[in-house]
Amino acid sequence: MSLKKKITMTVNGLTVNAEIEPRRHLVDFLREDLHLKGPHLGCEQGACGACTVKVDGKIIRGCLYLAVQADGCVVETIEGLTKSGALADLQEAFMRHNAMQCGFCSSGMLLAAAELVEKQPKSTREEVREWISGNYCRCTGYHSIVDAIMAVLDARAKGEKMKPVVALA
Amino acid sequence: MKAAAFDYAKPKALSEALAMLAEAGEDAQLIAGGQTLLATLNLRLSEPSILIDITNLDELKGISVVGDQLRIGALVTHTEIEDSKLIAQHAPLLKAAAPHVAHRAIRNLGTWGGSLAYGDPAAEWPACSLALNATMLIGGPDGERRISAQDFFIDLYTTSLEPNEILIAAEIPIASSNQVFYFHELARRHGDYAIAGVALVANKTGNVLSDCTFTFFSVCATPIMAKKAQALVDGKPLNDELIANAVDVTRQEIESIADITSSAETKQHLIGVLLERGLKHLIA
Repeated sequence: MSLKKKITMTVNGLTVNAEIEPRRHLVDFLREDLHLKGPHLGCEQGACGACTVKVDGKIIRGCLYLAVQADGCVVETIEGLTKSGALADLQEAFMRHNAMQCGFCSSGMLLAAAELVEKQPKSTREEVREWISGNYCRCTGYHSIVDAIMAVLDARAKGEKMKPVVALA
Repeated sequence: MKAAAFDYAKPKALSEALAMLAEAGEDAQLIAGGQTLLATLNLRLSEPSILIDITNLDELKGISVVGDQLRIGALVTHTEIEDSKLIAQHAPLLKAAAPHVAHRAIRNLGTWGGSLAYGDPAAEWPACSLALNATMLIGGPDGERRISAQDFFIDLYTTSLEPNEILIAAEIPIASSNQVFYFHELARRHGDYAIAGVALVANKTGNVLSDCTFTFFSVCATPIMAKKAQALVDGKPLNDELIANAVDVTRQEIESIADITSSAETKQHLIGVLLERGLKHLIA
């Protein structure tokens, strides 16, 4: 019954053309059709934040967004944002502060943190906690994640670089 | 779970959208931000045959001052409300409430109009629209009509909107220079649906509140105003005794309904707690 729709979007800098069912969520399109496994599926109701990706510069829930809605849009996942270096200091801070264990929440957590660091760079610890309350973590207990984000806010405010803990190959 | 299959169309103008809606009938759903709709479809609580994407409709966009009214288009997102200078200036209650709406990723897509049209009793914008004496602008096959927020919210998830109508905007009288407000939500986790919430708005001279609205949400089937308490407080110097009386009157006039989070008794108690905190805050 559902007609497939032709869409074009940019995903991590590459133009993508596809013909898909309207009901296909963006996150399923990214994971299953484009094999970008970075964003994860947790609740499919928008509560857990594991599916968070960026569309036209803003974080959104990939499970509450249809791929057809992304027609003509610029989509970025953790893969692209890692490659571009946009998340470098956050990723460094996450490693430094042990803010990642199983990694399931990390993609969404990093994307949420990146928007905070960009839009509300003067956030207090309480404001960071409120901001990431849309991303569930079952492993870390959250404090290390908040520590990592505060470290990045602090470093950026001072114009300092996060010192690498691990030298990347 | 994945949604059942549906068709998808994206009209370019309001007239086109209304025509599509008329043709598709009750089988169609409008999609704007989709933050409530898509969750509903994922759970298969609804299975429309077509989604009509209204995010192209210019008539529904933008925030502007029109005379003494602040007009907020239905497609304005929660984030846009949070960041808007016009709203900070003319409807500061909304700026205070915005960070309570779900989470940032949802706020980036979810819309003012979507929240109003859905009429969730726990939602912030229906309560704030009541608190601020908003007027809804609705488009339909016979043209535009206006209805006050007080008449717009009828019952649980039920507004005045007919299936063939689209909410275009809501207008709010711009805040007077002596307007004060208080907004608070009690929830287990920040961003969760409220257990109970309050929006208080008034004009304040000294410690006298006038034109006050006391609106509670997440306690009844719709947002609800404590009209007797409002009348009690209006025009009188606000002190601890008057506040205590207002709390009593409110607990008598509003009959809370239990929900998944709390019993009716808990909500009754919290209504009074919120009103007391709010009124004390306003005269602090």
